[in-house]
Amino acid sequence: MDDFLAARSQMALSLGFHIVFSCIGMVMPFFMALSHYKWLKTNDEVYKNLTKAWSKGVAIFFATGAVSGTMLSFELGLLWPKFMEHAGPIFGMPFSLEGTAFFIEAIALGFFLYGWNKLNKWFHWFTGMVVGVSGLASGILVVAANAWMNSPAGFDFVGGKYLNIDPIQAMFNKAWFSQALHMCLAAFTATGFAVAGVHALMILRNRNKLFHLKAFKIAATFACIGALLQPLSGDLSAKDVAKRQPAKLAAMEALYHTEKPAPLLIGGIVNEEDRTVKGAIKIPGALSFLAHGDFKAEVKGLDQIPKNEQPPVAITHYAFQIMVGLGTFMMLISVLYFFNLFRKKSFADKPWLLKLFVFAIPLGYIALEAGWVVTEVGRQPWIIYGIMRTKDAVTPMPGIAYSFYIFSAIYFSLSIVVTFLLYRQIKMVPVVYDQPVEVK
Amino acid sequence: MEYVVITFLCLGILLYFLLGGADFGAGIIELFTSTKNRSRTRKTMYQAIGPVWEANHMWLIIAIVILFVGFPHIYTTMSVYLHIPLLIMLIGIIARGTAFVFRHYDAIKDDMQWLYNRIFRYSSFVTPFFLGIIAGSVISGHIDTEAKDFLSAYVYSWLNWFSIAVGLFTVSLCGFLAAVYLIGETDNEDDKRRFIKKAEYMNISAVAFGAMVFIAAQFDNIPLIDWVFKNTVGLTAIILASLSLFLLWYLLLKGKTKVLRILAGFQVTMILVAISYAHFPNFIRLKNGDAISLFETVGPPKTIYSLGLALLLGSVLILPFLGYLFYKFQKKEE
Ligand code: HDD
Ligand code: HEM
Ligand code: HEM
Repeated sequence: MDDFLAARSQMALSLGFHIVFSCIGMVMPFFMALSHYKWLKTNDEVYKNLTKAWSKGVAIFFATGAVSGTMLSFELGLLWPKFMEHAGPIFGMPFSLEGTAFFIEAIALGFFLYGWNKLNKWFHWFTGMVVGVSGLASGILVVAANAWMNSPAGFDFVGGKYLNIDPIQAMFNKAWFSQALHMCLAAFTATGFAVAGVHALMILRNRNKLFHLKAFKIAATFACIGALLQPLSGDLSAKDVAKRQPAKLAAMEALYHTEKPAPLLIGGIVNEEDRTVKGAIKIPGALSFLAHGDFKAEVKGLDQIPKNEQPPVAITHYAFQIMVGLGTFMMLISVLYFFNLFRKKSFADKPWLLKLFVFAIPLGYIALEAGWVVTEVGRQPWIIYGIMRTKDAVTPMPGIAYSFYIFSAIYFSLSIVVTFLLYRQIKMVPVVYDQPVEVK
Repeated sequence: MEYVVITFLCLGILLYFLLGGADFGAGIIELFTSTKNRSRTRKTMYQAIGPVWEANHMWLIIAIVILFVGFPHIYTTMSVYLHIPLLIMLIGIIARGTAFVFRHYDAIKDDMQWLYNRIFRYSSFVTPFFLGIIAGSVISGHIDTEAKDFLSAYVYSWLNWFSIAVGLFTVSLCGFLAAVYLIGETDNEDDKRRFIKKAEYMNISAVAFGAMVFIAAQFDNIPLIDWVFKNTVGLTAIILASLSLFLLWYLLLKGKTKVLRILAGFQVTMILVAISYAHFPNFIRLKNGDAISLFETVGPPKTIYSLGLALLLGSVLILPFLGYLFYKFQKKEE
């Protein structure tokens, strides 16, 4: 494996790993806070137990998220020193604010996890909310930094020099809003479906129904709100991409030739050699509408992009199809869910719906990873779009392949251990939380 | 604003050394505790650092972010030439953080505990060791930006006697900080006596490794003695550190915990000041005799301005909250 490929793979692996844990860290505190709130309001012990059970999961995920994030802040330099040398001062603003957000998050988590019976109960609840809000804030900030790579701003690039640097302008670049919105919704959707699915499985198996039904309802409601809004925000993102990165849009849709009006492709096999797509369903004019809000508009194809500035088409296209396909599917589940919720039917009597949720456990995360592949691979060959090429940014140190192997092994074993721990947590729920509720 | 940013950078490094160091040290203490007392040590330790460990490690992230935003040239030079020790340190951080949390939150306590404990203890040793190596290498003048071959560019930059001695010195300081911290965290007289013993051993080994650092510096032609003794600030700092050593032993024997903690922190701070003051603001010394200075490589003015503002704002939000966290959980359970 050559060093450049190894560096790219290691970066992708580390980020793909971190994102799973950071999304949980962003979203689960809100689930807990809601359940905690219900406990404080109703005094129903089940909600207290639920909050505690979830908080143990969060502690495990949080630690994994924190160490993998620490890893990332070094990895940017270890793998892409030339990039960081120039980009650091420009896109560093969100990172420095993020540092503050993390810090607050870590402190609040200390209070929340160890504060049972020690703090005023509403202050305790409040610390839980702080964990969530600062987690969400750090997610938004780091995505703003990534958005800068897609849509560089806040400096003048003159003769290879980066002049007139303005980090605030860099932070509020053109892509930050659409990306951050889409990312936050994705975090709620992915984590919500994963959590709801696990509890649905437990209901189907007839374990602690009371406990799991309450858990399911909280998680599924968050997930389904996210899933309903996601396509809207995705549409916003697509229009944005069409404006700022036509090459990425063309790769997402495998649009080799400029067309007016342009059709939307569903499915299809991409042949990168003869630049064709076979077996796709075409919806005439739909791409023109998605990209520009007009069924007749022209959409730039890859033929208008210089050869050495075209991203890999097949990966980007497939990843986009996966994301949109899964997004549509989860949206349909959400419609069914809300339909049943408003008819006030008990979910325990709807095994088919619960089964759908069990099936959907990994789907949100798959969509999330696919979405990032679209964004990141679609930006290639640039690391800073239009300014610096990825291959010019890589570290001069040889032997990166070994570090890639080591990290693959670490992430692989961590994933196994975390899964194992979670399995045990769930297995122990009946033992720890199923004692008869004392009547006071 | 430059000064604000640099102050925060130094503060970040110092606090990571003190708080994160005590945190690593707890694992080192566990490593050197006899098997029969381990589970009790572990319990005290968990109560002491459980709520704060996450926050302790944030100082590292703050320092790194300041480096890559404000001093990108320093950050990238370190990440290129010290790639290997940084990588090992990172693996240590990952292994340690996760093992610490996993062993506590595993719902079933069985043989897996054995594994978590092992990983936790060894990585508690390896991480500060490499942290010390990195710190040593930065000032050792072995980083060679003109090197042509792999070994001299990426290996000898950190693999030398001086860096290794600094690494060992760091480990013993961490153990010392932790032992002192733990004395105040237990009510059990027996445990208290054990931690006092540990603090004594760690202190002795710190002095020994400290001497080794000076000897290694002679071998590697590093003017450490000049830095420390030919400079008033360095000299004062080292004298204060040595004087506090006596006071420290006295307090240790008396078991006065709160003052002891402050004194131990003070001592370590003085050591850091003594080593770094003489070549401040130079941050990295290079093989060819040049140095990379904080002031010369500082980022563009607007960046530094907003970074400084962010740090000031952040500390207004963070410090009271953090202080309350320490306050709330420092008191032992009734
Ligand atoms: C649960 C996850 C999930 C789901 C269901 C969707 N997405 Fe997505 N998508 C993401 C998760 C995601 C992401 C991982 O969060 C990305 C990567 C970068 C970003 O900002 O969000 C993303 C990026 C992304 C981009 C590229 C943005 C850019 O490069 O700036 C577009 C155009 C879309 N999405 C469009 C959609 C559409 C039309 C969807 C319709 C259903 C959709 N996404 C569902
Ligand atoms: C968590 C979600 C993310 C995932 C899954 C992800 C995935 C990837 C992938 C697949 C690549 C390799 C692209 C290629 O070489 O073809 C990559 C590269 C990279 N990503 Fe991301 N990314 C994520 C978020 C981010 C964020 C938030 C940042 C920065 C703030 C970032 C910075 C980079 C950098 C610097 C590279 C290397 C250079 C490059 O290949 O362009 N990524 N990432
Ligand atoms: C899309 C990508 C990313 C998102 C959404 C994200 C979000 C988060 C969140 C919410 C946390 C809090 C930890 C938790 O709750 O589990 C976290 C942790 C962390 N992230 Fe990321 N992050 C992303 C990418 C990155 C990148 C590219 C870096 C580094 C340059 C980074 C550095 C960190 C660090 C240092 C931590 C640890 C902070 C702590 O100890 O709490 N993250 N991330």
